[in-house]
Amino acid sequence: MVLSKTFSQSDVSVHSTFASRYVRDSLPRFKVPENSIPKEAAYQIINDELMLDGNPRLNLASFVTTWMEPECDKLIMDAINKNYVDMDEYPVTTELQNRCVNMIGHLFNAPLGDGEAAVGVGTVGSSEAIMLAGLAFKRKWQNKMKSLGKPCDKPNIVTGANVQVCWEKFARYFEVELKEVKLRDGYYVMDPEKAVEMVDENTICVAAILGSTLNGEFEDVKQLNDLLMKKNQETGWDTPIHVDAASGGFIAPFLYPELEWDFRLPLVKSINVSGHKYGLVYAGIGWVIWRNKEDLPEELIFHINYLGADQPTFTLNFSKGSSQVIAQYYQLIRLGYEGYKNIMENCQENAMVLKEGLEKTGRFNIVSKDNGVPLVAFSLKENSRHTEFEVSDMLRRFGWIVPAYTMPPDAQHVTVLRVVIREDFSRTLAERLVTDIQKLLNELDMLPARVTGKMVAIEKHSRNGVAVKKLKSIAL
Amino acid sequence: MVVTTTMSDSEEYLHCTFASRYARTSLPRFKIPEGSIPKEAAYQIVNDELMLDGNPRLNLASFVTTWMEPECDKLIMDSINKNYVDMDEYPVTTELQNRCVNMIAHLFHAPVGDDETAIGVGTVGSSEAIMLAGLAFKRKWQAKRKAQGKPYDNPNIVTGANVQVCWEKFARYFEVELKEVKLKEGYYVMDPAKAVEMVDENTICVAAILGSTLTGEFEDVKLLSELLTEKNKETGWDTPIHVDAASGGFIAPFLFPELEWDFRLPLVKSINVSGHKYGLVYAGVGWVIWRNKDDLPEELVFHINYLGSDQPTFTLNFSKGSCQIIAQYYQFIRLGFEGYKSIMENCMANARLLREEIAKTGQFEIVSKEFGVPLVAFALKDPSRYTVFQISESLRRFGWIVPAYTMPPDAEHIAVLRVVIREDFSHTLAERLVSDIQKVLKELDELPPRVSTKAAHVSVVADETQSGNVDQPHLKKSDVETQKEISNYWRRISDKKTSGVC
Repeated sequence: MVLSKTFSQSDVSVHSTFASRYVRDSLPRFKVPENSIPKEAAYQIINDELMLDGNPRLNLASFVTTWMEPECDKLIMDAINKNYVDMDEYPVTTELQNRCVNMIGHLFNAPLGDGEAAVGVGTVGSSEAIMLAGLAFKRKWQNKMKSLGKPCDKPNIVTGANVQVCWEKFARYFEVELKEVKLRDGYYVMDPEKAVEMVDENTICVAAILGSTLNGEFEDVKQLNDLLMKKNQETGWDTPIHVDAASGGFIAPFLYPELEWDFRLPLVKSINVSGHKYGLVYAGIGWVIWRNKEDLPEELIFHINYLGADQPTFTLNFSKGSSQVIAQYYQLIRLGYEGYKNIMENCQENAMVLKEGLEKTGRFNIVSKDNGVPLVAFSLKENSRHTEFEVSDMLRRFGWIVPAYTMPPDAQHVTVLRVVIREDFSRTLAERLVTDIQKLLNELDMLPARVTGKMVAIEKHSRNGVAVKKLKSIAL
Repeated sequence: MVVTTTMSDSEEYLHCTFASRYARTSLPRFKIPEGSIPKEAAYQIVNDELMLDGNPRLNLASFVTTWMEPECDKLIMDSINKNYVDMDEYPVTTELQNRCVNMIAHLFHAPVGDDETAIGVGTVGSSEAIMLAGLAFKRKWQAKRKAQGKPYDNPNIVTGANVQVCWEKFARYFEVELKEVKLKEGYYVMDPAKAVEMVDENTICVAAILGSTLTGEFEDVKLLSELLTEKNKETGWDTPIHVDAASGGFIAPFLFPELEWDFRLPLVKSINVSGHKYGLVYAGVGWVIWRNKDDLPEELVFHINYLGSDQPTFTLNFSKGSCQIIAQYYQFIRLGFEGYKSIMENCMANARLLREEIAKTGQFEIVSKEFGVPLVAFALKDPSRYTVFQISESLRRFGWIVPAYTMPPDAEHIAVLRVVIREDFSHTLAERLVSDIQKVLKELDELPPRVSTKAAHVSVVADETQSGNVDQPHLKKSDVETQKEISNYWRRISDKKTSGVC
């Protein structure tokens, strides 16, 4: 045993991280460093820098789940090294995905016989789900047009301008034209009549949103279905509907079971829902369900044979984690119908508490509806001295992340703040938020109107600025 | 407090899960159950069913990382509720992604200045990365053709038949024709000369693989680049190269730094690599790097403004977890160049050990090369008595998952077993695997040859005697048919498997 050394530094492994040289060096940014460092140092340094990220649970911008039960966390960690795509090696995990697909298919009233398997797949999120659904529509439409001997090079999709950015991505990457129904002041979702008007023979589908990102409203899918059926009768084009139920798909069945928006409407051919929003799972899981086999062209499906049974796969991603699929199944059996219902009712109530608290201040207009996704979107009654963006900035000081956005065209002059009520946003937090907003209003009243008034105007007018804000808002 | 009740299920929460009624009920499969169940029961039931999944660490089929240090596991768990796409809310996590992109770009010798930011993005895996790269090529090529007033409705990609299934997906979903260079026995990668021959004016790019899924071989990207440069000079088509370095991208720079396969070759415009293979991160992260701005058409990029600086995004997925990105950064700074190099060297040494021991049994032919991804692919010298599929099945009994595949066209008659050496496959495990293989061989030797052997015999005879099956007795015909059925069954599995393997 060596008791003394000629070096000035004693054995490095003895040093606590903060005593070591590792906290004196700058973290590499551009090149992989030459040498290794101890794992404790690596952990500490990264952990510390990440402290400066926002707190996910105070991120009131996002619909995406930020809390799960510890039992589920354990299941997640146990499955962290399972690559979902190895269906042969992990047949139980694959089976769990299939069960989730069936459960969600039934939840959406897919016309399935008893024991008949639903047609659907787990994805990384609604973006992938929407791309798959869109691809299916595009391919079906192309096949139809080819068989009619008509040109099939100009497909388009009809949606509202309130649509989430992933539809724009789908359109751009898969070369489909996006025909947007413009919004207007006071009407922030897609107008079914205008939408049906825009349908032409190149329309591969009309996409309705159940739970608009900006104000949580449910679009009237039933009316869209009825109007579109009429038009289809006249034209013979057979244009189908896709429902983007990213947020609403796990709310409507529990809070508004009488609302007809899903496969109960004959023109609805596919639906996507985010497992990681009100499916109550962490980020990284979505679902897309098709009405039946015919709505998913066989040529898009890759077949993998496992355990002698056919496992069809139709996803963009291949290798990915298994944790979220397992977590979704956990939630479905842990909570059951009653559990989801209770949670959604709680969210609704807390949204009401927040809404009433804001109304009491007398300073805000409530832009969101009571029926829909539990969120509260509000704008300042009087925004000439101070803007919603300032309110958002100041709330950050208290720890809250509450984003401010301008509406898409043609309502760009309207700016809103939006608070999403997730499962883990309790009444206590709601009351605290109201108190903090009241404090903030008092502060703002004492401040002179800032130069930012001008800057905000610039932001609102420049197309990039609007696109930026719009993109952020729709992102969450 | 109720001490006795009339209900038979008293005080539900007192019962341990296995005493409760939850262990007696069948788990729902088709419909969401009406009522909730206690979280302990839910956990136990799901956990128990999952016990019947394979053990990820014994899954020798996969390149994807199955072990990380506990410190990293902790970072992962701490960020499990962070949605990566919220760049405004999680600026540090976004910054970590950017640092990874820069580090990987430099690793691949992207022509970026010291303080210049590289062009690239983190994805969910190489599939997404390849689709993005392919999209960029398609769009660039379309723009070029439009400018020349030529038709742009028939784009194609040239690759080898050994290509991973995500290329087929890309081709099918994005309406690009896949022109595959067929393999041949003994040559299981894309032949650069044949590939360049197949290039025409509609080719959006040629895709080379660094680390072929089946044999781990590195394709000769340098030769491809040279031949393609020549052809470009003649034709003026300017066809670029993409390197699918899903496996090899984190091996070549550490083990074979002299090998020129990356941006050092002027025609290479984009490269993808899987962070979750030899990047040593759990499943769910890949990277794609472009040579420079011009190789990524601006119209494909969506811009997000955060903290006043421009954050361009170009991904198919939107909301997703942040854990793997943080884990990738952890690995880069924790291991550094020296750490990655040591790990790869260990993998190579263990692969070498496995290869030598397997060759020593005298029953196998080694199909994989020493130079490439650390894996050992081996075929039976004599497949007439029993097949690699049987060996694969028997190994499962010992706990090992070692898949067997047939090669893609035109080498479908070759069937191999493949063992991938990952970071966590130690020398000890290698020795144990070899001894278990020897046990399996012994068992199979002692078994009477199955029906398939007779049929194999018969089918040889049947082939030799031309047509005239009329003369064949009924019994032999059914043997042949059985053999055909068996091999078709396995071919169906393995055909998909070869492409389904990551």
